[in-house]
Amino acid sequence: MIATARLYLRKPFAGTLASPMLLFGVAVILFWIVVTLFADHIAPYEPFEMVARRLQPPSWQHWFGTDALGRDVLSRTLHGARHSLPIALVVVIFSVVLGSAAGAIAGYRDGLVGSAIMRLVDVTLSFPPMLLAMAVAASLGPGLGNAALAMIAVWWPVYARLMRAQVLEVREREHVEAAIAGGAGNARILLKHILPLCWTPILISATMDLGQVILLAASLSFIGLGATPPTPEWGSMISDGAAFFYNWWIAFGPGLAIVSVVLGFNFIGDGVRDYFDPRSR
Amino acid sequence: MMQFSSPASHPPLLRVRDLRVGFRKHGQVLEAVRGIDLDIARGEVLGIVGESGSGKSIGMLAALGLAPPNAVVSGSVQYLGEELLTKPRREMRRIRGAKIAMIFQDPLSSLNPTMRVGDQIIEALRLHQPQMNARQATQRALELLELVSIPQPDRRLRQFPHEFSGGMRQRVMIAMAVANGPDLLIADEPTTALDVTVQSQIMRMLRELQAKLGLGLVLITHDLGVLAGHANRVAVVYSGQVVEQADVFDLFQNPRHPYTRGLIASIPKLTESGGRLYSIAGSPPALGRFPPGCAFHPRCERAGDICQQLAPPKTTIGGSGHVSACHFANALPEWDSAEARVKE
Amino acid sequence: MSHYIFRRLVAMPFLVLGIVTMAFFLTTVTKGDPLTALVSEQQLNNPEVVAAARQRWGLDKSLPERYVTYVSNLLHGDMGTSFVTKRPVLTDIAARLPATLELVIAAMLVGTTSGIVLGLLAAYYRDSAVDQIARVFALLGSSLPVFWIGLALLFLLSVHFQILPGPGRIDPRMTPPPPITGLMTVDTLLAGDIDGFRSAVSHLVLPSLVLGWAVAGTISRLVRANMLDVMAKEFILTARAKGAGELRVVFRHAFRNILVPVLTLISYSFAYLITGAVLTEAVFTWPGMGSYAVQAARSLDFPAIIGVTIVGGMMFLVTNLLTDIAYVIANPRVRLT
Repeated sequence: MIATARLYLRKPFAGTLASPMLLFGVAVILFWIVVTLFADHIAPYEPFEMVARRLQPPSWQHWFGTDALGRDVLSRTLHGARHSLPIALVVVIFSVVLGSAAGAIAGYRDGLVGSAIMRLVDVTLSFPPMLLAMAVAASLGPGLGNAALAMIAVWWPVYARLMRAQVLEVREREHVEAAIAGGAGNARILLKHILPLCWTPILISATMDLGQVILLAASLSFIGLGATPPTPEWGSMISDGAAFFYNWWIAFGPGLAIVSVVLGFNFIGDGVRDYFDPRSR
Repeated sequence: MMQFSSPASHPPLLRVRDLRVGFRKHGQVLEAVRGIDLDIARGEVLGIVGESGSGKSIGMLAALGLAPPNAVVSGSVQYLGEELLTKPRREMRRIRGAKIAMIFQDPLSSLNPTMRVGDQIIEALRLHQPQMNARQATQRALELLELVSIPQPDRRLRQFPHEFSGGMRQRVMIAMAVANGPDLLIADEPTTALDVTVQSQIMRMLRELQAKLGLGLVLITHDLGVLAGHANRVAVVYSGQVVEQADVFDLFQNPRHPYTRGLIASIPKLTESGGRLYSIAGSPPALGRFPPGCAFHPRCERAGDICQQLAPPKTTIGGSGHVSACHFANALPEWDSAEARVKE
Repeated sequence: MSHYIFRRLVAMPFLVLGIVTMAFFLTTVTKGDPLTALVSEQQLNNPEVVAAARQRWGLDKSLPERYVTYVSNLLHGDMGTSFVTKRPVLTDIAARLPATLELVIAAMLVGTTSGIVLGLLAAYYRDSAVDQIARVFALLGSSLPVFWIGLALLFLLSVHFQILPGPGRIDPRMTPPPPITGLMTVDTLLAGDIDGFRSAVSHLVLPSLVLGWAVAGTISRLVRANMLDVMAKEFILTARAKGAGELRVVFRHAFRNILVPVLTLISYSFAYLITGAVLTEAVFTWPGMGSYAVQAARSLDFPAIIGVTIVGGMMFLVTNLLTDIAYVIANPRVRLT
C-alpha cells in the first residue's frame, strides 16, 4: 500500500515543492519527530523532577519557566511530544485499518452486513465528535490509552465512509469485471484488484487528520479525561497552567507545541490538497 | 502606421489602433494580441477569423475592459471618437451593455444558473435604465423575448436557464444584448456550441436584428465559411496580428496571404464529394513563442529567408481597403476561387 | 422536493433511536464505577449503603432492563436524574442550553461573516498579500487549541490590557436579569437593563471570537476555492458585459452560486462549534451544556453524560436536516429531482 502511494505521490510533488508553506510544514514535523526520538538528550532537565523554585518566569536557565512543582516547562514540553505524536499516529492508524476494513466490506457487499456497518457509521457520525469521545473516555476511565480508544471509536467511521465510496467506484471498473468473469474469489478480487486503487485519498485524509487528532487528544486531557498527572502531556499541562492563570508561562510552552505541530500538519495537508484539487490553488 | 479606410458614408463606430494585450506570468509579459488595427462602421458586419488562441477573442474583451486582471493592455480603442482604454471603470460600465453589447460562445454557461431568465434580462435593462419600474421592465423583457422569437414568453420569463435548450438560451443572450438598444454587438463564436440546424437559425436571427436595428456587428469565429454568407468585411487574425483584411468578396476572390488561402482551402465544399479535406500543416505557435519575422513562416509553403528575419509590412492591394501582411502579397500566384486553389 | 423532505423526516426517528442506543451502550462499557459519584468514600465499604444506592439508582438491574427503562422513560421526557446535582437531567440541560446556544450563535455569526468576507477578499485579490494573510489566518484557526488561545487571550486582553471583561456571562457585581429566554443579551434588553446588556455583549466577545475563529478559517477556504471556480465561469463575463459593477458581479452573480456548499459547511461547522463550545465553556466558566458535560464526565455522572450526548446528537441531526431543506430552496436545479 505504501508502494502504491509512493507511485502516486512521487511525481506530483516535484512541482509543489516550491511552496514555502509545505516546506515549512515538513520542517516543523521533522523537528518534532526528532524531539520525540531524542527527547532525553535534547531536554535540558528531567521532566518529572523539581529542578528549581516553583513558578519561576522564563529565564536563561528555564526558557519556558517552571511550573507549580518547580519542574522545567521546556523539558516537560519536549517530553510531551513522546505522548502526543505516538498517540495521534496510533489513533489514525487503527482508525484507518478498522474503518477501511469496514468500508471495504460495506462497499463490496451491499447485503445485510454492509448496510448494518453503514448504519453504525451514520449514527456515530451523527454525534459531535468531542461529546462522543468525552462520553466514551469517561466511561472507560482516565488514562491516555483509554483516551486513544475513545478517539478511535469516534474516528473510524470517517474512513469507513471514504473507503466505501472508493470501493463502490473502483468495483465498476473493467479490470474488476474481468477478474470476476475470470472466476477470481471475492477475497482475491477485493484485496488484489480493488483495494490497491483505493488508498490514495485515504492516506491523504489520514495525513491531514493527524493534526486534528492531536488537538482532540490534548482537549480530552485538558478536561481531565486523558493523561493523568504527572504525565507531561500538552493538554494536561495547559490544564495545570489554567489553575495558575497568572503564571502564564506554564501553559505557554505546551500551547506553542500543540500549535506548531498541528499547524505543521495543516500546512502539509493544505499543500497536498492544493495538488490534488488544483481549483483551490 | 498604415490605416484601413472605411467607406466615407459610414463613420467608424469603433476604431482600434495598435491594440496589444499581454499576460503577466512569472515576471514576464507574454503577448497574445500584438498590434491589431480595425474599424467597424455603423450597420456593418465585420468578421474576425482565426484559430483558437490567435488572440481574436481576448482582443475584443480587452477593448471593452473585460480582460483578466493579469492582462496588460495598450494601444487605442475609440468608440465614436471617445477613447475607451483610459476610461474610468465606472464610465466603462455605462458603455458596456448599453452602447456595446456582447454575446458568448457557450449559451449553457453564459447565463447565470441561479437566476430566472426574466430577472437576468430585467437586470440588463435596469442597470442602464434605472428609471424603469418593475412592471415596465417585465413588459420590455417580454417584448425582447418575442423579438427573438421565443414562444410563450410570459412563461419562459419565470424559468431558469437549465429549462431552456441551447438555441433558446442563445436567443435569450441575444435578447439581453439588444435590450438597451446598443450601437455595436460583439458576438464571440455565437453558434459554435450549437447543433448544426440551430446554428443557421441563430445566424439568420442575428443578421435580421442587425439589419433591423442598424447595429454594427463583430462576428468572431474560427470558421471562415460562416463569414462568407454573413460578413461585409473580414479580418484574418494569426498569432495576435491581422494578417489580411478585405471586403468579403475580395477576400474570397483574391486572397493575398498564404494563411488566408489555407483557411479558404480548408472550408468543406458541398460540390465536392470524397477527396481529402485540405488542412494547413503544423499547428499555431503557443502564447509567447511566436517565431521571429513573419509568425506564419514555419507553416508557410511560400516562405523565404526574409520571412524568418523581417516582420512583413502591410501591403495595400487595389483600392478597396484590401491589406495583406505578407512579404509576397503581390507576388503570390493567381487564385482560382472556383477551385479554391492556386491556378496552375 | 416534498417527497425528499418527507423521506428525510421518516428516517429521523430511526436515527434518533440509533443515537439514544449508541449513547446508552457506549457509556456503559464502563470500567469506572458510577458508585463513586453516588456514595461518599468512607461509605463505599459499607455494603448496606452500597446496595441501597444501587437499588435507588437502578444499577442493580441488568443492562437490557436498564436500556428498556431508559428508552421508555425518555419517551415520557425523562432523561433520569443526575447523580451529582440530584435534579432531573432534562431540567439541568434546559437550564444550561440557552447559555450554550447564545455562545454558539454568536460564534457562528462571527465565524460565518468573517469567513465569508475573508474568503471573498482572498478570491478576488488572489495571490496577493490579502490572500496569503487569509490563508495563514485560516490555518491558524484550525490549528489553535481553543482552550489555550482562550486562556492566552483572557490573560492578554482581560488581565494585562483590561480591554475586555474576564470569564462568565455578565459582570458578577450586577444582578442578572430575570431569565425569560435564557439568552443573557436578550434578557437584559427585555429587562431594559442597558448596562447589563453592554456587559453581556462584552462578555460574549472573547469566547465567540475564540470559538468562531476555526469556523471562519474553514469557511474562508471554501468560499475562496468556490469563488475562484465561479468567477472563471462565462456568466460572470456576461454580467460584466452587461455593465454590472464589481459588487453586483461578486454578490449577486458569483456568491449566489456558491451558497449551497457554503450552507453545507456552515451546518457541518455546527458540530465543530458544539465540540469547541465544550472547551470554550470550560475556559470561560460559561454555565452552558459544555461545562455541564465536562463536570459530568469528570464525576462519572452517567445519566448526565448520556443526556448531554443525546441532546448534542439531536441538535446536529436537526441542523443537518434544516440545511438540506435550505439547500433545496437555494438551488433551483435540485428542485426538479
